[in-house]
Amino acid sequence: MLDPDFVIFAQRVSGVLGGESQPDLLEARWMQALSLAVHIPIVCFGIAFPAMILFMEGLYLRTGDVTYKALAKRWSKVALILFAVGVVTGTILSFEFGLLWPEFMASFGEVFGLAFGLEGVSFFIEAIFIAIYVYGWDRLSRRAHFLTGIPIVITGFSGSFMVIAVNGWMNNPQGFDVVNGRVVDPAPWDALLNNHLWHELMHMYLAGYIVSGFIVAGVYASARLRGRRDRYHRAGLVVPLTFAALAAPMQVVVGDWAGRTVAENQPVKLAAFEGLPRTIEGAPFTIGGYYDEEEGEVKYGIEIPKLLSLLAHHDPNARVEGLNIVPADDRPPINVVRFAFQTMIGIGTGLALLATVYLFTWVRRRRLPRSRWFYRAVMAAGPLSLVALICGWITTEVGRQPWVVYEVMRTSQAVTAADGLELGFVFLILVYVGLAAAVYWLLRRLSRRPPEVEVGGAPGAGPAGGY
Amino acid sequence: MAEICLGFVVLGLTAYAVLGGADFGAGFWDLTAGGAERGGRLRGMVQRSMSPVWEANHVWLIFVLVIVWTAFPVAFGSVTSTLAIPLFFAAIGIIFRGTAFALRGQAATINEARTLGAMFALSSVLVPFFLGATLGGVASGRVEVGNAAGDAVSSWLNPTSALIGVIAVIAGAYLAAVYLAGDARRAGLPDLVRAFRARALGSGVVAGAVALGGLFVVREDARPLYDGLTSGGGLAMVILSAIAGGGTLALVWRERYGLARVTAAAAVAAITVGWVLAQDPYLLPDELTLDQAAASDATLTALVISVAAGFIVLGPSLWYLYKLVLQGRLDQQFEPLDQRFRPLTAGDETQEPPR
Ligand code: HDD
Ligand code: HEM
Ligand code: HEM
Repeated sequence: MLDPDFVIFAQRVSGVLGGESQPDLLEARWMQALSLAVHIPIVCFGIAFPAMILFMEGLYLRTGDVTYKALAKRWSKVALILFAVGVVTGTILSFEFGLLWPEFMASFGEVFGLAFGLEGVSFFIEAIFIAIYVYGWDRLSRRAHFLTGIPIVITGFSGSFMVIAVNGWMNNPQGFDVVNGRVVDPAPWDALLNNHLWHELMHMYLAGYIVSGFIVAGVYASARLRGRRDRYHRAGLVVPLTFAALAAPMQVVVGDWAGRTVAENQPVKLAAFEGLPRTIEGAPFTIGGYYDEEEGEVKYGIEIPKLLSLLAHHDPNARVEGLNIVPADDRPPINVVRFAFQTMIGIGTGLALLATVYLFTWVRRRRLPRSRWFYRAVMAAGPLSLVALICGWITTEVGRQPWVVYEVMRTSQAVTAADGLELGFVFLILVYVGLAAAVYWLLRRLSRRPPEVEVGGAPGAGPAGGY
Repeated sequence: MAEICLGFVVLGLTAYAVLGGADFGAGFWDLTAGGAERGGRLRGMVQRSMSPVWEANHVWLIFVLVIVWTAFPVAFGSVTSTLAIPLFFAAIGIIFRGTAFALRGQAATINEARTLGAMFALSSVLVPFFLGATLGGVASGRVEVGNAAGDAVSSWLNPTSALIGVIAVIAGAYLAAVYLAGDARRAGLPDLVRAFRARALGSGVVAGAVALGGLFVVREDARPLYDGLTSGGGLAMVILSAIAGGGTLALVWRERYGLARVTAAAAVAAITVGWVLAQDPYLLPDELTLDQAAASDATLTALVISVAAGFIVLGPSLWYLYKLVLQGRLDQQFEPLDQRFRPLTAGDETQEPPR
C-alpha cells in the first residue's frame, strides 16, 4: 500500500511540460489501446513459439526423424514473419509513448525508462539470434543451430519481463517521491521491481503459451478433422497442444493470485471487476448482468453469496472495499471492465477444462481423445484464448483509469497537446486493417504449401535426401 | 553521466544511420531499379542481402528512443509532441516497410511482388526523409520545451529539415550501394557488382555535393548550427567526414569494398558527432542544455550500468551475426525477383547446398 502522505501529494502530479488539457484524449486512448491490441497477440508467439520450435528440433535431434525437422523448419519461418510484424507494431508503440503521452514520458521517463533500456538489449539479442536460427538451417552444424535457438527462448521471457515491469509499475507505482507536483528522487531499480510485476509476468507468460499453443494446435486439429492423420500432422498437433494444456490450468491459479494482489493494492479496480457499489463483509460474486450507474448496483446478474470475499481474500467473511471509497470521478468505466473480466474468467475456466480432458486421456489412456468435438473445441480454443488475452488487458488497463500512473497521475494530464489526433486515429485503423489482411494472407499461403517443400520428398516417400 | 548517455545516443544514431540507413537505401535502389524484368536481378540482390539483418539493424532506432526518454525525458516529451507529424509518418512508414519486405519474400505472382515491392521501396524513402526532417527541426532550434509548444508544421517544414531529410535518403542510398556491391562480389555476380559500383559512385558524388551545398542552406536558416559546424570541434568533424567520404569514393573506384564499408561508416559517424559538438552545450538549441535535460544521477547511473552490461552480451552476439553474414554462411541462393516467386527465406531444400 502507499503510505498516507504519499497519497496526499501524489494526487497532485501534473505534467512537467505544463500543457493545457486536451480535447483529443479519447482518440489518444483509442490509439494506444488499438496498437496494443495488435501488438500483444503477435508477441504471444514471440514469447512461446520459439520454445515449441526448439522442442520440435530437439525431438528431431534425438530421433533423427525428419518429420520433426520439417515441422520445426516450417514453424521457424512463420515465427520469423510474426517477429517482423512484432517489431514494426512494437516500434509504433514506442513512438506512441512520445506522440500520445509526452507529459507522462517527460515526468516519469527517468523513473521507469530503465526497464525499456534493458528491454532494448533483449530485443537486440532476439533479433540477432532469430535471424541466425532461421537462416542457419542446414548451414550451421546441428548442434550450433540448436544452441542458437536458446537465446530466442530466453529473450522471449526477458523482453516481456521488462515491459510488464513498466505496466506493473503503472499499476503499483513506487521508486520516486513527489514534491510540489514534481517527481523527484527516482529510484529506477525499485520502480522496476514493483509488486505487480510478478503476477502480471507469470500471467502474461502463460497467456503467451496458451494463445500460441492453441492457435497452432488448432491448425492441425482442423487438418485432422479433414482426415490427415499422418505423423507430421500428429506431431504438429501434440506438441503445441501439450504446451497449452499444461499452461491453461496453471493460468487459473495465477489469475487468482492476480486477483488477490489487485484486491490489496487497487481496491477500486477490484470493485469495478465486480460492480460492487459499497464496502461490505462477505461480498457476493455476481455473474453476468450489467452495472447500473444511477442505482449503483448490478442488474440481472446471478449472485453467489460470499464468493468474492473468498476469492479476493481467501476468507468468506472478509471485507471487500466498494466503489464508494472514491469519488465518482476516480472510478473506471465499470461495465467495460466488468464485462472484460468476466469474459476472461469464463474463457479461462473453459480452457482449463479442455486442457484437463486432454491431459487426462493422454496420461491415463496414452492416446489422443477420439471425439470429433474435442478437435472442434481445440479449433475454437485458439480464437477464444485471444479474446481472453485482450479482455485481460482491458481489465488491467481500463480498470486502472482514470489514472495513467495509479493514483499519481491522471491519463488526462499525460496526453499530448498536439491537435488532429482523430485524423491520425483513422489513418492508423486503416493501416492496421491492411496489416492484418496481409498477415492473414501470408499465413494462409504458408499453411497451404505442402510439407514436401520442406523436406525434399514427402515424409516416408522414398529417401528424404541429405539427412 | 549525462555525457555518457549522450554518447550512447550518438552511438545509436550512427549505427542506425549506417546500418538501418543502408537498408533504407537498398529500398531506394529497389524503387529505382526499373521495370519488373529489368530490375529483377537488382531486386533479388536487395532481398537477399537485407533479409537476415534488417531486424537487428532496426533495433538501433528503438535503442535511441529508449535512451533519450530515460536519460532526457523532458527533451523527449518536447520533441515528440512538437514534431508529432513527421514522427507519425515515419512510424507508419516503418510498418509498411517492414511488413511489405517480409511479405514480398512470399509473393507468388509478379503483381503481388510488384505491389509489395512498391510499398517497401516507397516507404524506404519516406522514413529516412521524415526522420531526417525531425532531426533537422531539433538541430535548427525549432523545438521549444513544453507539450507541443513548438510549431506543429514549420518545425519540420523548413529548409534545414528538408536538407537533412534529403541527405538522409541520399546517404542511405550511397551506403547501400557500397554494401551491395561488396555483397554482389561475394556472391560472384559481376554484372551486379558493376551496377552497384556505378550507383555508389554516382550517389556518393551527389551526397557530397548536397552536403556541401547544404552548408549554405544551414547558414541562411540556422546560423548557430552553421557557426558550430564551421568552427572548433564541429569543423574538425566536418573535415573528417569529408575525408572519409572522399576516401570511400576512391576505395569504391578501386573496388576495395571491404574497406569502403568502414570509411563510409566513419563519414556518417563523424557528421553525427560534428552535429552534437556544433550545438554544444545545448540538447535543444537555445532552450535546454544537456545538463538541464539530464535525468537525475540515480537514473543515469542505472542506465549506464545496464547498457554497459547489456553490451557485454550484445557485442559478441552482433559480432557473431555479422561474421556469419560477411562469411556468406547465412546467404540464400541468389534469385532475380521476377524469375520465380518462391520465398528467398530460410534454407529451402530446393536451394543450393551449404558451402
Ligand atoms: C489467455 C489468456 C488469459 C486467461 C485464460 C486468463 N487470463 Fe487473466 N489476464 C490475462 C490473460 C488471461 C492477461 C495476460 O491479458 C492479463 C492482463 C494483465 C496481466 O497481467 O494479464 C490478465 C489480467 C488478469 C487480472 C488483472 C491483473 C491486474 O490488473 O493486475 C486478473 C485478476 C485475472 N487476469 C484473473 C484471471 C483469472 C481468475 C483467470 C482464470 C479463470 C484468468 N485471468 C484467465
Ligand atoms: C505510456 C504508457 C501507457 C499509457 C499512457 C497507457 C494508457 C492506456 C490507455 C489510456 C488505454 C485505453 C484505456 C481505455 O480505452 O479506456 C490503454 C489500454 C491498454 N494498455 Fe496501456 N498504457 C501505457 C502503457 C502500457 C503498457 C506498458 C502496457 C503493457 C505492457 C499497456 C497495455 C495496455 C493494454 C493491453 C490496453 C488495452 C488494449 C485494449 O483495450 O484492447 N499499456 N493504455
Ligand atoms: C506499451 C507497451 C509496449 C511497447 C512500447 C513495446 C515495444 C516493443 C518494441 C519496440 C518491439 C520491437 C523490438 C525489436 O525491434 O526487435 C517489441 C517487441 C516485442 N514485445 Fe512489445 N511493446 C509493448 C508491449 C508489450 C507487451 C504487453 C508484451 C507482452 C508481454 C510485449 C512483448 C514483446 C515481445 C516478446 C517482443 C518481441 C517481438 C516478437 O517476438 O514478436 N510487448 N515491443
